[in-house]
Amino acid sequence: MIVVEHLSGGYDGVPIVKDISFSVKKGKILGILGPNGSGKSTLLKVISGILPATAGTIKVDGKNISSYNARALAKKMAVLPQLHANAFSNSVRDAVSLGRYPHQSGFFSSWSDFDEQAVQHAMVQTDVTRYEQTPMEFLSGGEQQRVFVAQALAQTAEILLLDEPTNHLDIAHQRQILDMVRKEAIECGLTVIMVLHDMNLASLYCDELLLMESGQMRAFGVPHEVLMASQIEEVYQARVATYAHPEIPKPQITMMPASGEHLQRAYINKDNFKVTEHYIQLKSEFPLKTVSSAVHNPGIGWYDCLLNRSVPGDYVINDVKREVAAFLQKESFSSTSTVVMLTAVPSRLVAINEYAASFGSVLVAVTAGVGNAVDVSRVHERQIEPYIGTINTWVIINGSLSEEAFFQAMMTANEAKTKALQSEDVRDELSGTIATGTATDSLLIAATQKGEEMQYGGPITEVGKIIGKGVFATTVQAIKNYKNG
Amino acid sequence: MSKIVTAYVTAITLLIIGIWCGVAIGSVHIPLEVLWNKAVDETAANIFWKIRLPRVLLAGLVGASLAIAGAAFQGLLKNPLADPYTLGVSSGASVGAVMTIFFGLSIPVVGLYTLPTFSMLGAVLTMVAVMSFARVVDRSLKMETLILTGVIFSSFLGSLISLMIALSGEELRQVMGWLLGSVSMRGWPFVQMIIPFVIVGSLMLWTQRRELNVLLYGEERAKHLGVNVKRSKYLILVGGSMLTGAAVAVSGTIGFVGLVVPHMTRMIWGSDHRHLLPLSFLNGATLLIICDLIARTIIMPRELPIGVITAFIGAPVFSYIFYKQRRSKGVRA
Repeated sequence: MIVVEHLSGGYDGVPIVKDISFSVKKGKILGILGPNGSGKSTLLKVISGILPATAGTIKVDGKNISSYNARALAKKMAVLPQLHANAFSNSVRDAVSLGRYPHQSGFFSSWSDFDEQAVQHAMVQTDVTRYEQTPMEFLSGGEQQRVFVAQALAQTAEILLLDEPTNHLDIAHQRQILDMVRKEAIECGLTVIMVLHDMNLASLYCDELLLMESGQMRAFGVPHEVLMASQIEEVYQARVATYAHPEIPKPQITMMPASGEHLQRAYINKDNFKVTEHYIQLKSEFPLKTVSSAVHNPGIGWYDCLLNRSVPGDYVINDVKREVAAFLQKESFSSTSTVVMLTAVPSRLVAINEYAASFGSVLVAVTAGVGNAVDVSRVHERQIEPYIGTINTWVIINGSLSEEAFFQAMMTANEAKTKALQSEDVRDELSGTIATGTATDSLLIAATQKGEEMQYGGPITEVGKIIGKGVFATTVQAIKNYKNG
Repeated sequence: MSKIVTAYVTAITLLIIGIWCGVAIGSVHIPLEVLWNKAVDETAANIFWKIRLPRVLLAGLVGASLAIAGAAFQGLLKNPLADPYTLGVSSGASVGAVMTIFFGLSIPVVGLYTLPTFSMLGAVLTMVAVMSFARVVDRSLKMETLILTGVIFSSFLGSLISLMIALSGEELRQVMGWLLGSVSMRGWPFVQMIIPFVIVGSLMLWTQRRELNVLLYGEERAKHLGVNVKRSKYLILVGGSMLTGAAVAVSGTIGFVGLVVPHMTRMIWGSDHRHLLPLSFLNGATLLIICDLIARTIIMPRELPIGVITAFIGAPVFSYIFYKQRRSKGVRA
């Protein structure tokens, strides 16, 4: 447990960091963030006692840090500054062993089993054991950095201060070092304070973050309280956006290039569609921002090729991912920039319409196989597995949608589809009620993201109105095609 | 571990061989029996006990002192070119020694030790002055800055010595030869004079062997690891200067021993100061004994100043280290 209260300090008595207060509980990780020159490293140096504190207190285990002598403090607190190898040759083992210095005393050698264990443990944790006998200067910058982390770990202190521990490291070793720090924190109760440049790593690995701005605390708290886009934009003077990490409930930040507005955008019209015997393809000159429930590349992303593929009625759905990948490779489609939907409906039965709008236009393409249409409120009565008979709906917007608008557009499109089924009197065969869709419907909204952003996509917005009208009309047409097909 | 044992066995064996050659080789043959029976050959026994043995021991002690001081200075300053000679510390010690003779100084209680005392004082003061000046010039104490400062101070102190010699009478002119560096015709009093300082100085450095290992990573890192940096620096500077001062007081300025020996030792056995210090001590003794042997036999019956031999070996080694360091600078930054 380390408690810092109203701490100021810096070089030659001129405070660079001012009035910093925070505490880190045992086993927790604090990340210090801030732009270059905001005093991150200086703060770490004041805490570690390299630079003098001009005001305030630092308490370790309830005792003021100045009451410890150098050796006693080194047993409590290990520090990893930004380091360079020295002019003399040292083996990796020798370098790591220096971490045991504060535990060595006496006129003669006093290397104990515990010292040996600590060194071995530190080398294993940082994956440097295989370099044990290698001279430091033969190692790469990243490997040296890991040796220094091992040196600090070998100190077996309760508190670890790290100044950019992931410097010079590739992503695998960044993860390794930070995972290891995290593990030591959870399993051994190591308390960690680390300066990090990378906000995303900080968010992933730290329990709390301290955001510095010109030597002062700008924010302190759990990652989602600190990494707010507006706050980061102010402190770093850079446009950013936050998004959720796919696996961990922590925010991530991404930079928005200043030249974003000048990015080239596509314009889609009916000529971009190609209908072959096997698929309906939309090829765009530039990627479209796409939200879909497709089989291949679902979710949110940027794709320049959309496929609605006709497969035979006896298509085996079990191994669909692999089969689709093989198909894409065979047909020379790019796996990473193509969205694929599947349908049992022959591709020639597609209905494609274009609707003009003040912001650009909206195109709707629908294949409707209503053979296994269901009433969603009565499906729970069914036992049998569905077969492929699907309504696949694409809505392509020549315009720019917000994330909110994308999802509202999906709702609007789906409601319009249901309305079309009602209007065509498509029924659930089992319950005899009006169907609301089929068991395997898929929907895709794609926008060129050109022009002024439309905040909303609900039924009373312009885009919503067109989607409602367009999807309804096109779905009706597609159902008719299917019935007549 | 066996590598370290090998290192010590080698160093001790070489030292014994060195001592044996040192006492055995020369214009007069010394039969082995004089060791236990003086009566065998009175003259040979006298030469052995009164001339050769003290000379060899003195050479060994001076070599050991300079080498261990060099090793410690290099570690402390993280500078492989640092040694008492290149840092100007030897010149400072010489000024102290010459001043003692010039002004006829004598401290009542210490008597015999007046000369080494002033010599050490000169060494310490020079070390402090060189370090302070270099730090003012360049805070990071770059290798070149420190060596250049050493050269400047050496020249200045050298001129002081020349001035004192010019102003003095005949007796100090003889000192000139001594100043060039020599261990000849010193006898047991000089051995006695240096021994306490060698013991105390070497022990001071040896207590800092672990600290020196840590200090290689910089003062900041050393502080993090719990080293009392101030005390360590003080002990190393005083210990090293004491050894240099004592060595200069008995033998004048002998250059490059403190550079060559630690460098070779480090190259072969690694830079762990726990072993580097004692190994440099042993190897330094051996090297200077051999150099002295060469100095007094190579142009027999005349003798070369021992400093000529050490400089002959040392200057090329200095150049080599300098070259290597500069070439690899990009890597180590």
